[in-house]
Amino acid sequence: MTTTTAQPAQPLRERRSRRRRWLLTAVLTAVAMLVVFPLYWMVVSALTPGGQSQSSEFYLWPAAPTTENFSEVFAQQPVWRWLGNSFFVASVGTALSVCVSLGAGYALAKFRFRGRGLLYAAFLVTIMIPIQVTLVPAFLVTARLGLVDSPWAVILPTLFDVVGIFIARQFLLGVPDALIEAARLDGAGELRTFFRVVLPTCWPLVGVLVILGFMNRWNDFLWPLVVLQGNESLTVPVGLSTLTNSPAFTSPWGAVMAVATVAVVPLLVVFLVFQRTFVQGIASTGIK
Amino acid sequence: MSRLDEPRKDGLGRGTRRRARWAPYVFVGPAGLLFLAFSLLPIVIAVALSFQDTATLGDGEWVGTANYRTMLGDPLLRTALLNTLVFTIGTVPTAMAIGLALAVALNRPLPGRGLLRALFFVPMIAAGVVVGVIMSWIFNPDYGVANNALAALGLGGLPWLTSPSTAMITLIGVVVWTRIGFCMVIYLGALQSIPAELREAAAIDGASGWQRFRRLTVPMLAPTTSILLILNVVFSLQAFDVIYVMTGGGPGFSTTVLIQYVFRSAFADARMGYAAALGLLLVVILLVFTLLRQRATKRAEELL
Repeated sequence: MTTTTAQPAQPLRERRSRRRRWLLTAVLTAVAMLVVFPLYWMVVSALTPGGQSQSSEFYLWPAAPTTENFSEVFAQQPVWRWLGNSFFVASVGTALSVCVSLGAGYALAKFRFRGRGLLYAAFLVTIMIPIQVTLVPAFLVTARLGLVDSPWAVILPTLFDVVGIFIARQFLLGVPDALIEAARLDGAGELRTFFRVVLPTCWPLVGVLVILGFMNRWNDFLWPLVVLQGNESLTVPVGLSTLTNSPAFTSPWGAVMAVATVAVVPLLVVFLVFQRTFVQGIASTGIK
Repeated sequence: MSRLDEPRKDGLGRGTRRRARWAPYVFVGPAGLLFLAFSLLPIVIAVALSFQDTATLGDGEWVGTANYRTMLGDPLLRTALLNTLVFTIGTVPTAMAIGLALAVALNRPLPGRGLLRALFFVPMIAAGVVVGVIMSWIFNPDYGVANNALAALGLGGLPWLTSPSTAMITLIGVVVWTRIGFCMVIYLGALQSIPAELREAAAIDGASGWQRFRRLTVPMLAPTTSILLILNVVFSLQAFDVIYVMTGGGPGFSTTVLIQYVFRSAFADARMGYAAALGLLLVVILLVFTLLRQRATKRAEELL
């Protein structure tokens, strides 16, 4: 709006406001650098040899960057396994949970049935139950099912995702009834109506659910910590937490930061590629 | 059954009544079963445990309300509640104020605005454990970059996480860092729904930037602010991973918030019954805030 310099009417105000805008940008850039610094420092520390990082010297870039920390920690710990486990748990868990959420959201949004209100209220109440409260009983149930130390112990209990169901229901309320009616008049059955008519309108919803679900599962900590026991079956966050108290390394902090980097990078890539959906997903968990 | 044939008040089309009766149950069935097995059943067991005196599961003795009576006289619980209050009051308004300031600034046409928004948002995506280990390293008393930077400036180092008087402040700072991106995104969304004509009209009437912010922007954002407030309180009451990794509730008892105390009672002190009772206390607190949230949301909908 204010970039038109051809207006001689208010040149002074124009110049002042432009200067203020650059000043504001400079301040914001400085703050942004401070905000990103911890993640930058994670990468720098992962690339710094043990001798320099375990010192009281102040530096912002290592004198001799090295990938030693990565090769060392990948050799001594089953980091590839951890990554594989995390990837399996996050992708299979997300895929199944999106199906569960879509089904439940569809039923709650587009059908009237006995117990609907009660069921929905009961679902919503579980948002407030922190996992610490049900940790032990949920572990008991999982143990009864014989799942301890299996990736399914991590996947199954998190398939029921209230926030996902909530977002799905909100979205599906907006799908016009006329569309569903038309399919029915054409003689389509219930499942056919869902898969051929309703589902194709849901791709934006699926995008949000997939990204949110993947992020939450990739980052999940306490539940995997309790149900996974062997070092080979850990997910990345749990493996990472076991490293901080391991005396086995010559440069433990460099190794820890290497694994932390490996844990963040996949999400960072997803974030950069799908930024819009990502932000929209985060926002929709809070707004409605 | 006949109720289904009456005209609907909720706007669902009349034709919906011809649908197969089994259909909704098939669609909601998987969610319902998972809910029963992994949400409802554990909650029922937790309630039962809270009336038992038990170190491990299954061998509990019924002790009536003894666990709840213990809570009343437990000095550690009082400290944990106080810590929870300090942590919540320290994190919530701070994160919201910074988020609002960033949102207002980034709602203007600035060069590089998209990149800046993305940078402020990035800490959101890091796992709590990752944040915990990075910050433990940065605030390490011997080799951490925070103290090294202070030394380079000729200042003495701070004990950050190793002293009871500073550990809570450090933790609050870290949690605020993880949360400003969220507050910013929500506020940005709300700011973009304020009609531009309103602000232009105020500018033509001679309102200064600050006046427009105070008299126009802040009131228009009130519904968003109340929702964010309740959400942030719930987040703070449930904050676990970062504290667990960075301090484990210490030094001493200085950063043990309620949720930390629940975990500690169950796993370090092996008092499952007591932990269950503490957990239910936390649920009640969360319930109150969530009811407040619903009221706030309803009010927000009326305002819009």
